[in-house]
Amino acid sequence: MLALTYDVGNIWLDSLLGVLALVALMTVSALMLIWLERKISARIQMRLGPMRVGPYGLLQTAADALKLIGKEDLRPKTANRWVFELAPFAVFVPTFAALVTIPFTRDWAIAFLDLGLFYVVAVTGLAFVGFLMAGWASDNKYALLGGMRAAAQLISYEVPMVVTLVAVAMVAGSLNLSEIVLFQNRIPLFVWQPLGFFIFIVAALAELERQPFDIPTAESEVVGGPFIEYSGIRWSMFFLASYTSLLIYSLLGSIVFLGGWEWPLGTEAGLWLQILLILVKTSLFIAFFMWVRFALVRLRIDQLMSYCWKVLIPLAFLQVFLNGLVLVYGWPDGFLLLTSGAGLALAMYIIYRAVDTEPRELRMVPARGGGSSAQAATVDATGSG
Amino acid sequence: MVQEHELEPETVDIGVNMGPQHPSTHGVFRMVLTIDGERVVDVEPHIGYMHRGAEKLSESMDYRAAIGFQDRTDYLAQFMNEQAYCMAVEELLELEVPERSEYIRVILCELNRVTSHLMFLGAFGIDLGYFGTSFTYGFRERERIQDIFEEVTGDRLMYAYFRPGGLAWDVPDNFVQMVRDVLPHTRQGLKDLDLLMTQNEIVAVRTKGIGAMSAEESINWGLSGPLLRAAGVDWDLRKDKPYSIYDRFDYDIPLGSHGDLFDRFLVRLEEARQSLCIVEQALDQLPDGPIMPEKMPRRLRGPEAEVYTAVEGARGEYGVYLVSKGGDKPYRLKMRSPSFCNLSALRDMTVGSYVADAVAILGSIDIVLGCVDR
Repeated sequence: MLALTYDVGNIWLDSLLGVLALVALMTVSALMLIWLERKISARIQMRLGPMRVGPYGLLQTAADALKLIGKEDLRPKTANRWVFELAPFAVFVPTFAALVTIPFTRDWAIAFLDLGLFYVVAVTGLAFVGFLMAGWASDNKYALLGGMRAAAQLISYEVPMVVTLVAVAMVAGSLNLSEIVLFQNRIPLFVWQPLGFFIFIVAALAELERQPFDIPTAESEVVGGPFIEYSGIRWSMFFLASYTSLLIYSLLGSIVFLGGWEWPLGTEAGLWLQILLILVKTSLFIAFFMWVRFALVRLRIDQLMSYCWKVLIPLAFLQVFLNGLVLVYGWPDGFLLLTSGAGLALAMYIIYRAVDTEPRELRMVPARGGGSSAQAATVDATGSG
Repeated sequence: MVQEHELEPETVDIGVNMGPQHPSTHGVFRMVLTIDGERVVDVEPHIGYMHRGAEKLSESMDYRAAIGFQDRTDYLAQFMNEQAYCMAVEELLELEVPERSEYIRVILCELNRVTSHLMFLGAFGIDLGYFGTSFTYGFRERERIQDIFEEVTGDRLMYAYFRPGGLAWDVPDNFVQMVRDVLPHTRQGLKDLDLLMTQNEIVAVRTKGIGAMSAEESINWGLSGPLLRAAGVDWDLRKDKPYSIYDRFDYDIPLGSHGDLFDRFLVRLEEARQSLCIVEQALDQLPDGPIMPEKMPRRLRGPEAEVYTAVEGARGEYGVYLVSKGGDKPYRLKMRSPSFCNLSALRDMTVGSYVADAVAILGSIDIVLGCVDR
């Protein structure tokens, strides 16, 4: 198989080229994603978003990045120096390392690992250490609260995420991401496993710390959480890491559930079509994550935890159990679709029952004639006058 | 060997200093939260960061000059403050306000109530966790009404438009049409916010049953305005102690039943709609005529007397207690600010809830620090 970069025959040069390619990809995509997020948020909030720097404000994020690099790298006097300064790397490196094994097309990846899925999950799961370090070392109570929230949230949501991915690996029969994609060359997995797909999206939202799960960095409560004391280039590393993980989870979702670069129904796709397909599928995830961010409010930490442990994890195991039944007894995939769909309906029903959705009626006490007759009075007045 | 008792984790409550520079303390309010993990054990509010001595300053200048200070207390519902102050002076001097002025005052006050509630709805969404969406929704409509105020008074924040006895000057010729043009937009904006938040499940779990106060507790704490009505107490000064010309309009007073955050949100949303209703009726009935009484003294000299007048402000009962010992200055001016009285119940609402709730509860009281500290 070909690697993403040109094969020069020297393993060290190869690795260096691969890292450079990834850094370029990551930086450019993060710049684009930040611009896109600002534009989407502006659309939702009836604003224009960045318009001044470059056409349609395209260069705004580049200007912001330059500004951040030029800023002073502040460190609180009472902060624990080494932990404080290393924390951005502890967040940044795992997200970066996860990109290594993502296959972008059939032949393009830095490394085709047989345990690719396992590797991605294991490496991204390390990021919470960085949040905890940042929260603890900043010597700030908001940062501490945020760091603790981040640790609790990331570890909890790692569990349903891993279990649904296990369910996928069971039916695909491999942990190799390329083989999981090839397994879906006829019909993507989200059709057969809607429940697993749903759990993956929710867990990914939580792992990305986006609304409605942006509890660790809640702007109106802990004012940025672990990042509160960071400035300049260290802060921008956190920022870069968060957008890189957005890219990674979107890529992972499109590979594992939407069939990656494959055109459905077994058609062979050429290289450019493959690139286009994975771009479109990843963009769907990214657009969804961004849309949700500006359309929902934040959950509370106890609600978040109970939702994970009481709803998502049991349902994720249900998906594993259903997949096991299908594999052992060789039942048709249609059974999986029906039962998994029923599981999704169950998940929705649990949410519906857990939330007090009863519409509240206000008691209206009329002052003089009351508002309903006031409407009529207005009509009278305009009619006679 | 590890001793048995060493396995018991030792926990300490930590004190978190929220404010005065915190994005969701609505100004320069500071509360010291004592938290056990994520639970709030104790709240200690600290106020006074914005104390400018508005009461004392009002005592040092004559009745007309002190109007400017009334705007600077509750800076989101300025017309109501001016109304309360002017009513106090009018009662003291026994001035008769012309019809046209009364109507214009009511229209502006009710529009001001809408802008204030739009501000609340937007900021409350941010406190709950919207990334600015509810804020821009609210502010788009607020801006249109703000434009009317600017057209009428020449200012966007400190209007100083009401005068004892009437108004500073008449409204522009196209005033009625201007307000009529804006009303559909405002209704649509309120509907947008309604659709955005009321049916949302996450908003429901974050607000229902949180920060609840019973009707009895609310009365004991001296709450007023939407907070009191959310608890189900039927008390609105416009209806129960009609001042100005509020007894000429038909409208409803919305009352909640649970007294929690969700009811406070709903009550404010409905109140804004009812205010638009009043504005429409007032526009229909707006008479022509003078805006100041015919016999207006050049210098306002009060007799020796005490008066208390109160209006139903956007946040509750805004009262002005005025003591005169003769002369052209008040001897004592006391402002009964609804924000301050409502804020006093913060501890009872907050203790036992989570940190995230504490932010939302503070937001639901809808304090204006200029009004708390004066």
